[in-house]
Amino acid sequence: MSLMISLEGKVALVTGASRGIGAAIADMLGSLGATVVGTATSEGGAEKISTRFAEKGIKGAGMVLDVTSAESIAGLHAAIKNDFDVPTILVNNAGITKDNLLMRMKDDEWDSVVETNLSAVFRMTKTCLRDMTRARWGRIINISSVVGSMGNAGQSNYAATKAGVAGFARSLAAEIGSRGITVNTVAPGFIDTDMTKVLPEAQREALLGKIPLGRLGQPEEIASVVAFLASDAGGYVTGETIHVNGGMYMT
Amino acid sequence: MSSIEERVKKIVAEQLGVKEEDVKPEASFVEDLGADSLDTVELVMALEEEFETEIPDEEAEKITTVQLAMDYIKDNLG
Repeated sequence: MSLMISLEGKVALVTGASRGIGAAIADMLGSLGATVVGTATSEGGAEKISTRFAEKGIKGAGMVLDVTSAESIAGLHAAIKNDFDVPTILVNNAGITKDNLLMRMKDDEWDSVVETNLSAVFRMTKTCLRDMTRARWGRIINISSVVGSMGNAGQSNYAATKAGVAGFARSLAAEIGSRGITVNTVAPGFIDTDMTKVLPEAQREALLGKIPLGRLGQPEEIASVVAFLASDAGGYVTGETIHVNGGMYMT
Repeated sequence: MSSIEERVKKIVAEQLGVKEEDVKPEASFVEDLGADSLDTVELVMALEEEFETEIPDEEAEKITTVQLAMDYIKDNLG
């Protein structure tokens, strides 16, 4: 058996695909032959994704999605079916942070992070699951964070949702394994994206000291793990959380 | 056009991987036809598609036998 990853003939849906890790995942799945729908929160963002796909010779399109709106999700799902085919690879990547010390955290900071990072995973997955059970094949991959396992001061809301999606994945994996559907979680460490660019230089240096590989990860290094899980090569991995963090947190 | 009874029987047999002659009206999906809880959810989904209808969750839970499925379809699409 040789390791050949091809996603030809599959339709993949990647939320939050306009930049960072989501963009790298969408591009990687596309480069392996999948038809990819990458979502963005604005029309402009969706157009940029479409343009990027066209430049890279990737089949698919960018589409607008508000992951907190059931209506928006239903509309997107119908559009994907209409334009392409049913998506059987779902990558729940869209996420936000609203950091604050718990004693100062407002209800809105808690609620909006839970809505976008956790409740949206429930809604997206439920929407796509019917087609996957019918196809007797499916891949659901949640993007979590190392913070969901090790915790981080000022991120209790974010950490709760990132631990939450991993528990969600384990339960769902047990529920639908008999239908040929795998559900996994990928937990990135500190990756070189807009989300980590805002860190102060001193904090960045301190962080690097805790990473055995001595550098931040690249978005493509998360995307390649997602691609493996999405492919037939990763078909016996389910309910698992795969940490990709340069060794800063080892389980 | 086959009757509602025949269409329901065919779907139950297909979904649960049993012979059509074993799909008797009184047969319970779980006890007699070996369905698990996920099978019954998928069965309701298949009935919804065949009869182009939506069965509310609280009604779906009550459909536990072949006869109850046939009755529901007849009563709601008759």
